[in-house]
Formats: sequence, structure tokens, C-alpha cells
Amino acid sequence: MAASTEPLVEHRTNYLNAEHSVGSWLLTTDHKRIAVLYLVSITLMFALGGLFAMLIRIELITPQGDLLSSDAYNRAFSMHGIIMIFFFLVPSIPATLGNFLVPMMIGARDLAFPRINLLSWYLYITGAALMLYVLATGGVDTGWTFYAPFSSAFSNGRVTLTVLAVFIAGFSSILTGLNFIVTIHTMRAPGMTWGRLPLFLWSHYATAIIMVLATPVLAVTVMMLGLERILGIGIFNPALGGDPILFQHMFWFYSHPAVYIMILPGMGVVSELVACFSRKRVFGYGFVAFASLAIALLSFLVWGHHMFVSGQSVFAGMVFSVLSFLVAVPSAIKVFNWTATMYKGSISFDTPMLYAFGFIGLFTMGGLTGMMLATLGIDAHVHDTYFVIAHFHYIMVGGAVMAYMGGLHYWWPKISGRMYPEVWGRISAVIIFLGFNLTFFPQFIAGYLGMPRRYHAYPPEFQVYNVLSSAGASVLAVGYLMPLIYFIWSMRYGPHAPANPWGATGLEWKTPSPPPTENFEEPPVVFEEAYHYSDEEAPIA
Amino acid sequence: MTWPFTPAFPLVVWPQAASPAAHEMDALFLLELSISAFVTLLIFGCIFVFAVKYRRRSPDERPRPIRGSILLESAWSAIPLVIFLGFFFWGAKLFFANADPPPDSMKIYVIGKQWMWYIQHPEGQREINELHVPEGRDIQLIITSQDVIHSFFVPAFRIKKDAVPGMYTTEWFRPTRPGSYHLFCAQYCGTNHSHMIGTVHVMKDADYQQWLAGGRGESMAVAGGKLYERLGCGNCHGRICPTLQAVYGRQVPLADGRIVRADEAYLRESILDPGAKIVAGYPNVMPSFRGQADEAEVLELIAYIRSLGTPALAGPGEGIGAGQGTGTAAGIAAPGEREQQGMQNGRPPNANPHAWQEERSSEIQKREGGEVKDKR
Repeated sequence: MAASTEPLVEHRTNYLNAEHSVGSWLLTTDHKRIAVLYLVSITLMFALGGLFAMLIRIELITPQGDLLSSDAYNRAFSMHGIIMIFFFLVPSIPATLGNFLVPMMIGARDLAFPRINLLSWYLYITGAALMLYVLATGGVDTGWTFYAPFSSAFSNGRVTLTVLAVFIAGFSSILTGLNFIVTIHTMRAPGMTWGRLPLFLWSHYATAIIMVLATPVLAVTVMMLGLERILGIGIFNPALGGDPILFQHMFWFYSHPAVYIMILPGMGVVSELVACFSRKRVFGYGFVAFASLAIALLSFLVWGHHMFVSGQSVFAGMVFSVLSFLVAVPSAIKVFNWTATMYKGSISFDTPMLYAFGFIGLFTMGGLTGMMLATLGIDAHVHDTYFVIAHFHYIMVGGAVMAYMGGLHYWWPKISGRMYPEVWGRISAVIIFLGFNLTFFPQFIAGYLGMPRRYHAYPPEFQVYNVLSSAGASVLAVGYLMPLIYFIWSMRYGPHAPANPWGATGLEWKTPSPPPTENFEEPPVVFEEAYHYSDEEAPIA
Repeated sequence: MTWPFTPAFPLVVWPQAASPAAHEMDALFLLELSISAFVTLLIFGCIFVFAVKYRRRSPDERPRPIRGSILLESAWSAIPLVIFLGFFFWGAKLFFANADPPPDSMKIYVIGKQWMWYIQHPEGQREINELHVPEGRDIQLIITSQDVIHSFFVPAFRIKKDAVPGMYTTEWFRPTRPGSYHLFCAQYCGTNHSHMIGTVHVMKDADYQQWLAGGRGESMAVAGGKLYERLGCGNCHGRICPTLQAVYGRQVPLADGRIVRADEAYLRESILDPGAKIVAGYPNVMPSFRGQADEAEVLELIAYIRSLGTPALAGPGEGIGAGQGTGTAAGIAAPGEREQQGMQNGRPPNANPHAWQEERSSEIQKREGGEVKDKR
């Protein structure tokens, strides 16, 4: 309607220019605006977490602990972990791209509970503000894992407030998950059957299940930790009759599935990217969709692989080991299917696809080193060393962050209505890939040599690997700063984006960029499967 | 000629291996590494080849879709699964072997404490942040912590076990190469976590014997015997409470019908939390000794109880049991006699039980001072 009365496409009313007041942003119930609010907030938290990473890497250039005091170093890595996990990675893709795209991809006007969606952002902000307060008043030194009885009886950091911040932010995650499940069940457009859902939605559906079922356990765990600290109720501290291993069981019952909260949405993004930039239906669509659900289910059954040397029984270790190998199978299925999708495709090398290449390769390496960690005999050596650090950064940064960056570039024209500079995009993607490997590959070697994690000072034979790693981190920092600069630049100076700049399928590309507040001018109806790039079927599969 | 950037240490790419288990783990790791490298190259290779070969040549290319293939899906599910299960079985076999110490292992007791390792040898040596062991013997460590969780990690043996307050964990190794190896605390334990490091010295047997002979204090069992007296354990044990003669290793029937083996963990619990498991036929009268005996002393008491014999060699027990007085004898002995016995062993009976802690802390200060100097 609006479009037909306006002469210029740029002056069309869209969700960004519909209202301009601060209140119209802070009290919005539009899922797209909430996605932007999240995007701004998690970017700030990512920058903060990144600053702590730089502090850590600068300290570790020399073997002596000579830049920071031991306590300051312990606070730096704790803040890095807590901020990056709870305030960046967990909300990253679901709360920004998911919030923006889940309703658009199913052809809905908004999420099922728009006000709960806004509430979830306020909960996140409350948690983040509390975390900043903790940071300003001395920080916390427990690591992001809060192991008892150190956290409950020995730490001199602000543990209680920190776990309260995590507790509050956890509810934002639960509400987002709840919203996604209800929305995907009830608000699909006519013709959008489960078998036609884009794989981005399948992976967000699986993620939402984990968010709703696992996060409450984290809330209970940190609440018990708080009770032990404040009231001296003996739950985890053996001096009070508690059991410190119980804390680890409860913590990892959330925190292992949480790894999949961070990586499953990334897998969904990569499925979209590979299909679009190969112009092909995702090979084995059903298997990829099913693998997401299999991962969500199995992710609840492998938490004990963080505890092989903790004093849990060797038989428990054996069960958790075999289950950890099983959860790797659906991940392997996904990697093979993405690769096969490219076979006989029409592949272009736009920035998002470069990130997808990076994701597939780095996620494969992260997954395979995960298999080494799942092997009981090997874990006894590499557990709690830099090998583990390298492994999970390959999954979290090489996987989740690569996918997030790829997705951000892919949907940036839709979100902002502008194109980012493609050449700079490609350059920064390559810099990030190289910087990432230079940062984290040497850590595998240092870890196998035996360098323990969370060491402020270390024996000199590990220095060469730490110097390489710190050099890589500075390259990585440049790679991350470039998109920040050109995305902001593009909002004012970038060329206006057409509705479908990539020639992609999917309902989100059938509406103008940026979309109107109500998403679609006409309620969409779906007649075809996802990734319907060509009518012609190949003769042989 | 000196290159200005010659590193102080040569480039190390592979950790030292000083036990058979370490060599086996390296073999398993190399197998997984080769398979992983192959798969990684395969994936990177496919991406590269497809990206070049099927690059977009014209903007309106429409490749024909390929729906998928059950055969391929089955293959790339089943083949990784079989390989993974192979990894699992070998890894589990190695882990089980590493978890099960041979019965005649030499036992050494390890206590983690912010921020040092306190190690007790049954023969009486006590060490801080150092562990001396003979080459070729099976060594079993019984590990606990006095405060937070630590982790006893020796990269050269490829083993690691958490030191958990309130419980005993164990690990074992057979050192086969003399030398000095890193000992790390691998579980984050607070401010000086990265200074909770030490050295494991693997010594030729002759050197080890020499080391054993020098600086020996009283054995753990003798020290435990003195504690046994000072705490008045013998006033009840063997009278209204169960005798401790040959209790170590025995199957003990409990009041609730269960039967437990009297191992280190059971004895520790019975000292610190006596009501947890009541021996069948005896009243629940024992007070807790929590706070009166620290972790090192509990281990000494257990060593004393072990010295009172095991079911296999039931009787007065080896050495110390006879000399120090059995459970009943100690209880009956007159105070004067006990004092005399204590004096004979060179330590007044009412010596400060925490003296060793003070010694330790002064020692660690010296050590840390030295260490810092070395580093700068």
C-alpha cells in the first residue's frame, strides 16, 4: 500500500523509519527492532569480552606473570569467559538473526509473544548491567565454570552478584526459546509445512528446545551456589557436608547442551549460505534437519565428558565417552551434506560464502579434536590444558562466530536496507580466517605438551606457541574491527539494497529491504519446498 | 656466532614420555591425529575442488538440484560411527588400565592445598612440590585436597586426576625413564594456581635408596600411632568400639545390612563422619574428629591402621603395630608409659600437631622466593 503511493523506493515506510523516537525503540514489540536492540547490545559485550582476550594474550607473551597480578589475570580470563559465553555466544545468533528471521521465514507478522520478546531483551540488559557493575567493582575470579567449593567458600570476587547476573540473563534465553517454539508451531504461513521449513528454522527449533529445557537447570545450580555463599547451606562444600562433584554434574547438565545452543543456530545459518551461494537445494535436507533434532536430544546425555578426571566413576566415564562419540555422528552428517551441496552447484565467492567455507573447515577441525577429547585415555592427558582451549575456540569462534559473521553479512541488506562494501567484506573474512588459525592452532601443540589452562605464568618452553597465539590474536582483532567499521559506514553511505540481492529463495527475500513493520504487504502463501532454485531435477542422485 | 633471537629453550613439539602408558597414549593419539588430518584434508580438498570446478560462470546459471542419496547418507553415518567406536574402545581400555593400580603398587599420599602439593611417603619422607620415585616400580598416588579442587597432572606420564576435598581419588604410573618432569596443578584453584607446580624426580633404584635413607622422619605409621594415642582412640576401640586389628581391607558388615570394604575412603569417613556407616553390633558413640585431625594426619592414622595388619596377614601386624602398642594396648597403657614411648621417638607427645604446616609454609615461601628470582 505504502509503496504504491510513494514515488521513490527509498522513501517507503519500513520498520526502521516508521518511528524515530527513543521510546519507539525501547518500547517496541516489533521482532525486527528487538533484533536490532540485541545486535547493538551483544556487539558491545563482544567488544568488552574481546578486550579481556587481548589482555590475556598480551600477558601470555612472556612466561613470567609480569603485566597483571595473578588476581588481575584470573579476573581477566573469568570476565572473558563469562561475558563471551553468557552475554555474547548464547544470545548471538538466536537473539539477533533468529529474532529477525524466524517470523519472516515462516511468513508471520511477528513472534507469537511480542511483549515477552521485549521482556527477554530487558532481562538480558538487566543481567548485562549487573555484570558491568560487578566488573566496575572488582570483578570475579572463579572462571566461567564457577566450580565449588572455590566459588562458594574461597573466592574473594563478587561471585554472588555474578551468578545473579547469569541467572537473570538465563531467563532471557528461556523466553526466547519459548517464543520460537510456539511461533514455529502456530504461526506458519499457509503451505509452509514442516517439510518445507528452511534448515535455519529446524536448527532454531532444536536450539529453542535446549534453551527451554536446560537453562532452568543452570538457574537452579547458580541459585544453590548463591544460597551456599549467603546462608552457608551445605550443598557443594564438603566442609559443610556438601558434594563438590554434584556442582559439576549440575553445571555441565546445562553447560554442555549450551554448547549446542551456541553452535546449532550457526549450523542453520551455514545451511542457508551454502544453499544460496551454490544455488542448490541442500543435499539430504531431511538428514540435516533430523541431525539438528538428534543433536538436541543427545546433547543432554554427554555432560559427564567434562568430568572424566574429576573423581566420577570410571564406568560413568565410559558411558559418557561412548555417548559423546554418538553425538558427533549427526554433526559429521551435516558437514558431509554441506560439502555435497556444493557438488555440481553454481558457486559464487561472496563474503557470506567465504565465512561458510571457513565454518565448515574449522568446525570439522574442532569436531575431530573433540573426538580426541571424548577418548577417555587421551582426555586424561589433555583435559584442562590448552588443547581444550583450542578445541572449544575452534567450535565457538571458528564455528559459531564465523557463522554469525557470515549470517550478518548475508542478511545485512535485509536488516539495514544497505549493501556493505563487498571487497572489504572478502578481505576481512580472509583476515579473520588466517588470524583465527594463527591464534588457536599453536594452542593445540602447547596443550598436548602439557600447558595447563588458566595459567598466569608458565614454563618457558611453551613461550613460542604463546607468542604465535598472541600475534594471531592481533590479526584477528583487525579482522573483527573492519566489519564493525564498514557496517556502520554502510548504514549511511552503502548503496540501497534490492529486495533480493543474492537471488536467494526464502520468504524473507520476497519482501522489500528493509521490510515494512508488518513484514509482508500481502500475507504470503507457500507453494514450494525450501531452496527451490530450479524446477529441473537431476537425473541421478 | 649467536643469533640474537636464539630462544633460551629449544623448540619442543612433542612432550617427553616416561611411562609405558604414556607411549600407548601417544600411539592412540597419533592414530586419531592421522585419521583427523585425513578427514580435514578431505573436506578442505572437496570444498576447494568444488569451489573451483563449479564456480559460477554466468549470473543466470541454474544448476539442477540433487535431493540426496540414502546410500551416501548411510555410508557417511556408518563409517564415522565405526571409526569413533574404535577410538572409544582403545581409549576406554587405556583409561581402565590407568584407573586400576596393580596390587603391589607403592602407595604415596598427595594432599593439594592452596597453593602447593604436600606429599607423604609411608617410610616417613615428606615433600613439598616434589615427588621422588624409583624407576620401574608401580606407583599409586592417593590424592585428596584440604581446601578447593586441584588436579595432579604429570604430562610425561599422560595422567591427571583431580584432588577433591572430602574424598580420595587415585592414579598410578610406572616411571621407566630417570629424569625430572613437570608436575602441574591443572584445575583452577585461585590466586596462585599457576605457581602450584613442582617436579617429579624419577630416580635409578640405587639413587632412590640413597634418597630414602637421607632425611627420613618417622614413618607415617609411627606418626599415626602417636596421633592415635594423643586423640585417645584406644580408649574405646577394642573395648566398646570395633577393634582396628587387621581391619584394613576387610569386608565390614554394617548395621543397615550393607557390607563395605575398609579401604582408605571408608576409614577416612569413619574418622571424620563416624555416624555415616555404623559397624553392625556397635553403638553410634564416636565423635567426629573433623577439625582435630587435618588431611595429612588422617592419612597418618590410616597408615597406622594399615600397619595393624590386613585380613591376609591378620595378627599383631608388621613392625609398628607391636612396638607402638595395639589398639587395646594403647588404650590400657598408663599415661606415663605413653609419654615415655613418645619421647623415645623423639617428639614430645603433646607437640603441636600443626607444626608440619608451619614448616611447610616457611619452606614454600623460601621456594617461591627462589622461583621468582629464577624467572626474572
